[in-house]
Amino acid sequence: MSELKTIDARNTFCPGPLMELITYMKQANVGDTLELLSTDEGSAGDVPDWVNKVGHDLISSEKIDGVWHVKVRKAK
Amino acid sequence: MRILIVGGGTGGTIVANNLARRLAGEIRSRKVRITMLSASDQHMYQPGLLYVAFGQMMPDELYRKQKSLLEACIDFHVDPVDEFHLDQQTVKTISGKSYGYDVLVIATGSRIVPKEIPGLAEGAETFYSEAGAVKMFKALRGFEGGKIAIVVGVPHKCPIAPVELVFSLHDYFKSRGIRDKVQIKYHYPIGRIHTIENVAKWAKPAFDNMGIEYETLFNVKEVDVKNSVVMSEEGTEAAYDMLIAIPPHRGMETIEKNSLGQGGWIPTNRYQLTMDGYDDVYVLGDTTNLPVSKTGSAAHFQAEVVSENIASKIKIGAPVREYDGKVYCFIETGHDSATYAMFDYVNPPDLKEPNKPMHWFKTSYNKMYWASVRGLL
Ligand SMILES: Cc1cc2nc3c(=O)[nH]c(=O)nc-3n(C[C@H](O)[C@H](O)[C@H](O)COP(=O)(O)OP(=O)(O)OC[C@H]3O[C@@H](n4cnc5c(N)ncnc54)[C@H](O)[C@@H]3O)c2cc1C
Repeated sequence: MSELKTIDARNTFCPGPLMELITYMKQANVGDTLELLSTDEGSAGDVPDWVNKVGHDLISSEKIDGVWHVKVRKAK
Repeated sequence: MRILIVGGGTGGTIVANNLARRLAGEIRSRKVRITMLSASDQHMYQPGLLYVAFGQMMPDELYRKQKSLLEACIDFHVDPVDEFHLDQQTVKTISGKSYGYDVLVIATGSRIVPKEIPGLAEGAETFYSEAGAVKMFKALRGFEGGKIAIVVGVPHKCPIAPVELVFSLHDYFKSRGIRDKVQIKYHYPIGRIHTIENVAKWAKPAFDNMGIEYETLFNVKEVDVKNSVVMSEEGTEAAYDMLIAIPPHRGMETIEKNSLGQGGWIPTNRYQLTMDGYDDVYVLGDTTNLPVSKTGSAAHFQAEVVSENIASKIKIGAPVREYDGKVYCFIETGHDSATYAMFDYVNPPDLKEPNKPMHWFKTSYNKMYWASVRGLL
């Protein structure tokens, strides 16, 4: 069964949102979708960069009330 | 009132001693009892491992007897917890004993899992264990020149360590007069050379000055030990003569086995430091799932909040403090200078120019740690 898991990486400087996403991606199953919540402006750029480079699927990325919601599906 | 602390490392020890003082009256009148269960009779000062890897500290300098660090009224047992029965407020230990509690504190730390990456355990040096640090020192001592590749697993404790390692390597080979024969390449999992933006901004020109090469968005996938090549999830690879790894980490096996948290990371309220769903269970240090650096310093600040709140709940029936995400990290910038990064949930660190007194302060802290876990600092 694929799941949607939310990673709350709002207000964190270290380890930071992308590091948190990588941690949870390693634990997820192929097909699972993770939603990353981030208040770091950099996340809009560096998360998609990593997702594309490593070959996962970026489903959506939007800013709601100052918080980035980035959804990623584990592809491999 | 039975307070049970599981884990006698940085976080657990500070909580235990802090509570022993705050609740001295209640303990004397036998209203409160503090018990600690740990996996070892020794307490290791883990940051010292970096110095061991460069021959600047001996392994025996890193240890104290755990019992000697605890207030006399704390009932201490080396008997690791095997089962957590949170709904029955009981834990069961390896020796088969059961311990009931009214308040439980979990501070079991984290462990390295190099085996999660094929070839890493066999192919890489690491200073994240005592045996590893000694082996790494001997390997560095025998190294006469060539390519050193540094790789960083995710997640890992002490996020400053990869940067400190680079500075230390540079100074070490400089002092041996062979820096020009050693090529150092640093590989980092995300899109800049450190996860903290201000650290990355500060370290980049320093790396450039030292002639350090770097590749970002490099997550170690596999090490081909036979051909001395390390491969990334992102599809790149690097050849090396010596590979140094910060291995990936997980929480302790007991935590995973008892389904307390995936990966051994326990879901924790970021302000109250209670386990999600359990007001009587506090979690601190490396084993939380908080988006906070896994450092002794975070464990220390969290320990103060946890003990103050446990004590105030006993005395006035309410918690009095929240954890603000505070972390303070020394950054060794070689063998004779240092700086620091201090930050919390909302304030990023503002890095100062490295200087000698800061390095001396860190060197003194390596000894002051023992006073700090006793609760004297
Ligand atoms: C090389 C290196 C360099 C570092 N440098 C720094 C630094 O410069 N600054 C900094 O702040 N931090 C640094 N750290 C990180 C720091 O040491 C840890 O983050 C800190 O020790 C975490 O504290 P803790 O209480 O969560 O866990 P620990 O201190 O690891 O303690 C865990 C305790 O739990 C016990 N335990 C385990 N399993 C069980 C069980 N089943 N039942 C009962 N007890 C159990 C263990 O015996 C141990 O006593 C460094 C770490 C390393 C490895």
